[in-house]
Amino acid sequence: MPADVMIETVALKKHFPVRKGILQREAKAVRALDGISLTIRRGEVLGLVGESGSGKSTLGKTLMMQEPPTSGQIVFGDTEISRFSERLLKPFRRRMQMIFQDPFSSLNPRMSVGDSLTMPLRFQAPDMSASARLDKARQVIETVGLSGDILERFPHEFSGGQRQRIGIARALITDPEFIVADEAVSALDVSVQAQVLNLLTEIRHRWQLTMLFVTHDLAVVGHIADRVAVMYLGKIVEVAPTRELFTRPRHPYTEALMSAVPTPERRAHQRIMLEGDIPSPISPPSGCAFRTRCPYAKPACADSAPPLDVRGTGHYAACHRPELELASPIAT
Amino acid sequence: MTTMTAAGDAAHTRHHWWQHRTLSRFLRHRLAATGLAIILMLTLACLLGPHLLPYDELTVDLRARFSPPLTQDHYLGTDPLGRDIAARLLMAGRISLLVGFSVMLISTVFGTLIGVVAGYFRGWVGSVLMRIVDAFLAFPSIFLVLVLSAFVEPSPFMITVIIALTCWMEIARIVEAEILSLRERDFTIAARLSGASARWIMFRELVPNAMGPIIVAATLTIANAILLEAYISFLGYGIQPPLPSWGNMLNSAQQYLADAPWLAIVPGITITLAVSSFNFIGDGLRDALDSRSNLP
Repeated sequence: MPADVMIETVALKKHFPVRKGILQREAKAVRALDGISLTIRRGEVLGLVGESGSGKSTLGKTLMMQEPPTSGQIVFGDTEISRFSERLLKPFRRRMQMIFQDPFSSLNPRMSVGDSLTMPLRFQAPDMSASARLDKARQVIETVGLSGDILERFPHEFSGGQRQRIGIARALITDPEFIVADEAVSALDVSVQAQVLNLLTEIRHRWQLTMLFVTHDLAVVGHIADRVAVMYLGKIVEVAPTRELFTRPRHPYTEALMSAVPTPERRAHQRIMLEGDIPSPISPPSGCAFRTRCPYAKPACADSAPPLDVRGTGHYAACHRPELELASPIAT
Repeated sequence: MTTMTAAGDAAHTRHHWWQHRTLSRFLRHRLAATGLAIILMLTLACLLGPHLLPYDELTVDLRARFSPPLTQDHYLGTDPLGRDIAARLLMAGRISLLVGFSVMLISTVFGTLIGVVAGYFRGWVGSVLMRIVDAFLAFPSIFLVLVLSAFVEPSPFMITVIIALTCWMEIARIVEAEILSLRERDFTIAARLSGASARWIMFRELVPNAMGPIIVAATLTIANAILLEAYISFLGYGIQPPLPSWGNMLNSAQQYLADAPWLAIVPGITITLAVSSFNFIGDGLRDALDSRSNLP
């Protein structure tokens, strides 16, 4: 494997069983991840977008090995970790960390900021003395733009934006190489969102971080990501460098997502309205999963699932109609 | 761009969140505040009272038997052996309150342990533990206590252990339910993703956040324990005379109910006061510690 790959998944699947009856038979499964093959290069920020229920958060959590995948592989650096026990995973936990969506749930309300920040070090650097841990905490808390004397305070004393900074500091304290940011700015006010996004951009360059940035907000992803992957019903439908995806989408779903971003110029009739809800991931449609809502669907789309094919340099899309000329509703 | 946010909005208050908000909310609950005052006075009286009274709880004075309350310096009267009821009541209070608090401590610690282990590990460990809890709950506690006390020497210590054996299940269930929801919160996941040990997650991340319901349940357990001790002592299986307890004072009052009603009324009122005070305190704590009304 090339040395510049940080993390790679091969045909990754995560199914959640739906149990039925008193015997708890596994009747069906929610296919949250249905065969994801994806590479994140060292030092890049990959944006992951999709609507609710597309499986994007599950992908982030599964990469973190919060729970083992149902099948498929996760290769971190050059180690296949998807079958590792918690004990084997422990040294990898230092190298990959997570930033959470809800700043009110991600910090223990009964623990001081200092204790929350130094917690990862207790387990990842057991030789470190308590005062060395606190020094390190003071150092990272200053990196995220808060002052070092807040370590004795409790989370309730801080605003959402400040808490999110504390959460970022906790993720940074073990000097990780890879970070999953799961909707890291979605819960914040727009003005605070911009500040936190700038902070993440700054940190990412300073620490040469690799990041998976999960969000439903295309504007946010355009701001921070180098490449973007679009997910629909547990599958990746398009991957491309950010600018390329925004100017020349090659999947009808991407086009529809982008047309939904509000801009001052656009009028309502220019939007592509997707009809209905996202289908149930328990029984996804045959063939192309998007065909039920696709304005360009042909009968043949029901027959087979389209593979993720090359559409340009680093540009892949999974669509049976590569000839389509799709609009680029966002001028970046 | 960033240092300004540190000094910003929320950062000027420096206190534990419970230090005034919960306390003032608790004190605004009238019954709970009254209950707390009654318990404090009762405890103080039981600790100091016996030293201030002219009689000791075991002094027999047959000339003064059946004195009604306020006869000379027998403020609450005397019993069939002429022992001072005030002195006996306060000494009995020491035992009854001590049993109540000890039961609370034992059953809270034990119930919390069972609940947190069951809630954290879930799966078969959780199922087995919670089915044991259900099995204990399936016995009516008064019969369980009576059966157990028939087999052992009824010293205050053994009575405490026996009552504690029937009081921990409620706390285990409350804690388990609380832990099941807390373990899915992001801060717990963050700890797990940092390689934190099970012990750290259980006792540093989860239990401190379940303290509210635990404290409420613990308070109600004291009330329950005092009542149970009174039951079994009343039935004669509990604290044995001449050692006084509120329950056995009631027991010896039975046959003189018509002639010397104060023998039953005095300990009866005291039990009622203590038990309902603890229940009101529990209610007040429940309202004051309610996490839903505590959201920022």
